[in-house]
Amino acid sequence: MKKALRWAVLLAPLAAFGADVLIQNGKIITVTKGRLDGSILIRDGKIVEVAEKILAPPGVQVVDAGGQYVIPGIVDCHSHIAAESINEGSVSVSSMVGIEDVLNSEEVSIYRALAGGVTTANILHGSANSIGGKCSVIKMRWGKDTAGLLFEGAKPGIKFALGENPKRRGDADNLQPGAVPRYPATRMGVEDVIRQAFTDAKIYQAEWNDHRAKGGNTLPPRRDLKLEPLVEVLEGKRLVHAHCYRADEILMLLRVADDHGFKIRTLQHVLEGYKVAKEIAAHGAGASTFSDWWAYKVEAYDAIPFNAAIMHKKGVLVSLNSDSAELMRRLNTEAAKAIKYGGLSEDEALAMVTINPAKQLMVDNRVGSIEAGKDADLVIYDKHPLSNYAKVQKVFIDGAMYFDRDKDLSDRAEKEARRKALTEQQRQQQKKTAPAKPAARRPA
Amino acid sequence: MRNTILFYLAAVGCLTGISQAEVPGVIAIRNTRIHTATGPPIQGGTVLVRDGLIEAVGANVAIPADAWVIDGNSLTVYPGLIDALSRWGIPGAPSGAAGAGGRTPSLDAPSPLADPSPGPVPILGPAPAAPPARGPEDRPSNSSWVRAQDLVRATDRSIAAARSAGFTTSVTYPASGIFAGQGAVINLAGDKPGQMVVAAPAGQYHSLTVRSFSSFPGSLMGVIAYIRQVYLDADHYQAALKAYQANPRGSRRPAYDRALEGVLESPRMLLPATRAVEIDRMIRFAAELKRKAVLYGGHESYRAADLLKKTSTPILIDLRWPERPRESDPERRDSLRTLELREKAPGSPAALAKAGVAFAFYSGGLERPADVRAAVRKAITAGLSEEQALRALTLAAAEIYGVGDRIGSIEPGKIANLVITGGSLFDESTKVKFVLIDGVKYDPAPESTPPTSSRTEAIQ
Repeated sequence: MKKALRWAVLLAPLAAFGADVLIQNGKIITVTKGRLDGSILIRDGKIVEVAEKILAPPGVQVVDAGGQYVIPGIVDCHSHIAAESINEGSVSVSSMVGIEDVLNSEEVSIYRALAGGVTTANILHGSANSIGGKCSVIKMRWGKDTAGLLFEGAKPGIKFALGENPKRRGDADNLQPGAVPRYPATRMGVEDVIRQAFTDAKIYQAEWNDHRAKGGNTLPPRRDLKLEPLVEVLEGKRLVHAHCYRADEILMLLRVADDHGFKIRTLQHVLEGYKVAKEIAAHGAGASTFSDWWAYKVEAYDAIPFNAAIMHKKGVLVSLNSDSAELMRRLNTEAAKAIKYGGLSEDEALAMVTINPAKQLMVDNRVGSIEAGKDADLVIYDKHPLSNYAKVQKVFIDGAMYFDRDKDLSDRAEKEARRKALTEQQRQQQKKTAPAKPAARRPA
Repeated sequence: MRNTILFYLAAVGCLTGISQAEVPGVIAIRNTRIHTATGPPIQGGTVLVRDGLIEAVGANVAIPADAWVIDGNSLTVYPGLIDALSRWGIPGAPSGAAGAGGRTPSLDAPSPLADPSPGPVPILGPAPAAPPARGPEDRPSNSSWVRAQDLVRATDRSIAAARSAGFTTSVTYPASGIFAGQGAVINLAGDKPGQMVVAAPAGQYHSLTVRSFSSFPGSLMGVIAYIRQVYLDADHYQAALKAYQANPRGSRRPAYDRALEGVLESPRMLLPATRAVEIDRMIRFAAELKRKAVLYGGHESYRAADLLKKTSTPILIDLRWPERPRESDPERRDSLRTLELREKAPGSPAALAKAGVAFAFYSGGLERPADVRAAVRKAITAGLSEEQALRALTLAAAEIYGVGDRIGSIEPGKIANLVITGGSLFDESTKVKFVLIDGVKYDPAPESTPPTSSRTEAIQ
């Protein structure tokens, strides 16, 4: 399946559709406004009407959902796909780097995410640093260029990380002789690094404020790309997504944020969040966690599968994420686990991969549910989306079709044939141009 | 007559023990076919060279009495070829040439000059182990102030091989690094290094080389962030210096920063971009930094021709086309994308020509004349006209570097860099007979010269 998918790459969106689309005869799960059997009218990439009966306006492209399920596009709050580098692991504070600089709109995992119903994702820097790099929210607009992937208007983010990963001492095994391993080496050190960084950021912020107060006629301070994003965090212009596991480090970070006057937007992984759910809710942080993944590292031993449900019931805004190009393709069944373990309703479970992550990323005015006025980011499944037998049939983003399972299947043979032909052709060329044996030395 | 001259030249070559000969200051190649790179070919014409410059070219050129006359009946005269991105002329530089960054970082050997430690830099000596860099302020992999014109030597052994392939000029850059240093347009001959320099500085050569996490930057995004910070620092440095010079009394002086000086001296950035995604990325990057950029690599530029045209971005095309690796696993399974890139890359020049993009070729480490010709022929087979191919090897490169007024074509007043062949430059069997560089004649080394770099290594 996976291998077949690899060659089923479509290099352009299937967006032969015009601006107006009518999806008829669907079992529509809006997530926020209940369910209905009916139609969705799309105009200029936006949902304009959701109703049991909509008469097809003239010129509209009609898609018959054939009684299948329609849900809003899945939103993944924690992904690392579509980027050509993930970690700037050499330093403890790498806020000068950003995913946007290395986005690769042609990475096939974008297409695979589409095939799993994901339409929006938060692409995060890795977790090697106490303060990591800048993040990008993207839509899976397969076939567009890099700028075309970016979720326009989405608030920028930044990655923080606590615990075992940032306290690893860089590439300590491969240091040059005499070199000092990276600081920090403990959780205490991680806290220190974050506090120091924000202390520096405030000094930098003051320099700029001072400069602006003077009317801006003097030489401006040197721009510091490491501190600029931290000033944005202090000013509420950049969202903090903090990788964390243990209850103690979660409380530590919330205290640091309170001390410095900024907010943690989401706690990522947050496997011990159930222990401190009230404190998380009080800070106003969201939680983006795994369903039932644990014990893969020392700090992931106290995890329980009820984590998402418990935090949700304590008033935390909870989403389920993938953190993996592979798991990303079946986040629908990750949501289903919250029903099995936490007794959540189907809508509550689906919300954890749609409207909740959209709220965490502050893009819920655009995506995350099927409502008039929102982007037409929709997924059609053949079976109930919380079933592990469900397969994605069609995916729309901004009203344009970016994935069509039928077309994918029918294109595979042709692509494989072309691949074989090119392979053979290049093998022959190689034989033809094999380097000649060194010419025999001419007699003098 | 011709035989006599050739015999005479051969004799001089034997006597002096080198394969070149000093000739009088005035040379006329007459009764020959001339490709000027600016107009249609001239049949039975004459090129007159005096004191290193082209004095006249055309069908009816009077040959002065003091001229050394070469009968060009069986010859064809072209402008000297230009390698638009090169290591030629710098002794000790890896001959594998400038690798296009991104996916091929292994081609970028660490520069002995890119020493982040403060203090004197031993030119071309082994650098002492530097402490790991902890941020842009440590200026890792940065030798932006190093100038190719200060490093070139006419005795560098790569030069003779390049001349044998018909190259008279190269745009040579110091060894690699994130800020590798400043290039220079050099002629591939001269008694003294200073005579080789045509124009300098040509630009700052950037590779996006990624090392390990033991030192900043340890990732592609780290490299990009680092370059961005240095260019911002350079702008700030310039403003600070200006403010200080306007009012030194009562102001603190800005600290001298050689890395920023080097950046400010460079008229353009040379940025690696082989895939379409990289071309898009680097175009946006240069625009953000408000710098002129020339991209290099370009194998997938057949997909980015319109973007390059729209943004007026010149691109240098690596003639070392992607190929199936030799001695690869017979069961090797390449992706359709990889296979298509290999198939379509040689079609890039034709696509760029059609879109009106300024592009030029660089040898990318190909040294055997036959390999260079074969690579250009691939582009011609894929739709590039011979005139366009010639331009990409001559005048286009000169124009991209702003020296189209002195080299790159056969026009009166230009530097007398010519390559004289026994037929079409693009035919498989054609031999380079000799080249003129600054009006001085050089004979090619025997064609059997083995390549100095391993061909297998040079292929991705």
